[in-house]
This record gives sequence, C-alpha cells and structure tokens, in this order.
Amino acid sequence: MLHLALFAFFGIICVAGAINLLVQRHPINSALSLVVVMASLAAEYLLLGAEFVAAIQVIVYAGAIMVLFIFTIMLLNAGEEERTKGSRVAILLGVPGVVIGAVLVAWVLIHHSNTQSVTIGALLGDPKSIARLLFSDFLLPFEVTSVLILIAIMGAVVLASRPGAVARPQTTPAAAKEENEGPQLVAAGRERR
Amino acid sequence: MTSVTAIPLPYYLILSGILFVCGVLGFLIKRNIITIFMSIELMLNGVNLSFVAFAAHWHVLSGQVFVFFVMVVAAAEAAVGLAIIIAVYRTRETLNVDQVNLLKL
Repeated sequence: MLHLALFAFFGIICVAGAINLLVQRHPINSALSLVVVMASLAAEYLLLGAEFVAAIQVIVYAGAIMVLFIFTIMLLNAGEEERTKGSRVAILLGVPGVVIGAVLVAWVLIHHSNTQSVTIGALLGDPKSIARLLFSDFLLPFEVTSVLILIAIMGAVVLASRPGAVARPQTTPAAAKEENEGPQLVAAGRERR
Repeated sequence: MTSVTAIPLPYYLILSGILFVCGVLGFLIKRNIITIFMSIELMLNGVNLSFVAFAAHWHVLSGQVFVFFVMVVAAAEAAVGLAIIIAVYRTRETLNVDQVNLLKL
C-alpha cells in the first residue's frame, strides 16, 4: 500500500510537470518543469529497485542535460513564444487523434495484459551488477558510445563556434589580421588528402 | 525483501505512455525550438520508464543497461542539438520554428 501511494504521488507530480511543460510559454519555465519530471522519475526508478538508473537519472539528466538546456536558454535570451495560427488545423486534427490513441493504448494495457506485478526490491539494480553486465555482454556498445560522445563533443564545438574560429591557430591579433584565410584552408585541405 | 506490496506493470506503462504522449503533444504544438527539443527529452524519459518497468517485470538487467545507453545518446543529442540551435539563432535571430523554414539562407 505504501509503495502504491508513493507510486501515485510521484506519478501525479510527473504528469503535472509534463503538462506544465506544455502549458508554460516561457522556455525557462518549461525547462524547470522538465527537471521536476526527471526528479520524480528518479523516484519511480527507486520504487522499481533500479538504484543505479535513478542515480544517473538525477546526475546526467536532471543535472548535466538540463543545465545545458538552461544555459542555452539564457545564452540565447529566449523570450515568450509567439502564438501563430499556422498549424491550427494540425492542432484540431492531431490533438484528438493523440488522445484517442492514448486512450486505446491504456485500454488495451488494462484489459489485455496478464496481471503479473512488479515486485518491489525483487531486482537488484545496483551499480555492481549493472557494471558486470555492461563490461561483459555490452562491452562493444559501451566502447562505441565513447566514440559517439567524442564525435558529439567535436560536432558541438564546430557547430556552436563562430565561423572561422576553430581553424584559426593561436596567433597575436596583429598577425591574425595580416594572414589570409584562403591559402591556409587550401593548405589544410591538401594535407588531408 | 518483502514483496507483499506490488505495483502492477500496466500502471508503469500507462505513466510512461502519458509522458510519451505529452512529449508528442509538445513536439506538435510548441513553437519554440528549445521547448520542442525538451519535448523530445520528455519522450525519451517515457521510454526509459517503460524500459526499467519491463526490466523489473522480467527480472532481466539488460533493460537498465539499455536505459544507460539511451541516456548516453540523449546527452550526445542534447549537446549537438543545442549547438545547432545556437547556430540557427546566430543566422536567423529567431527561435520560432515557423520562421525557420529554409535549410539555407
């Protein structure tokens, strides 16, 4: 009973945060409600016995990714979004469709699923067993994700930097003013070939 | 561990479905490009919840490892996506997706 009450409590917080994300018009309010959603989802993970996932949910999602979002919002000085009439037809047709789909899925899940239950604490999701699985069965995907992260870092730096800021070497402003960008890029291309 | 109290699996799936639907709705109706991006994160969170619920249901730990990978991909996607948003803002001076309708200016 206590677990069900906790599930309902955090689930209601979660859904309320998700709806608040849709209702709010300022991006920073949406970002903060998304933090609420992620924190309550971490509590749900704890109820499922997934300690490690709950910890990295708070650290990576609610910590790192949302800080990145809020940093971007403040960097771009994003204001309130404007109301546009362009997609009114899409809203009128799409929102009832989504609601009908959600109701259908919920109905199927309620009526056509066996009533087996998730037992609390039956699964050990501690870091030790996760790491044992991660470094034995999932070793190759794990290493591939490190390459993915590296590519993402380089891509983010290249995309977010001003044009020409990456290729320019560390020189004094006077020397940087004198040297021409064109021949340097040609030379770089020749080296790559 | 006493397992007298148990939460049925459909409850978790319904919560996960609600989160996913909220993400889809936000993706469709929001006009701010950053909020649209946050809706994508909301959808990923809904999927993660169903992953963990099924992992607990079938007593298989790989579901939680998949959640780990989803989080890694989400982090990479957030970094690249926000960089793209910064580049878009630098060229268009707007975050409204209705005004970003050309690939090349």
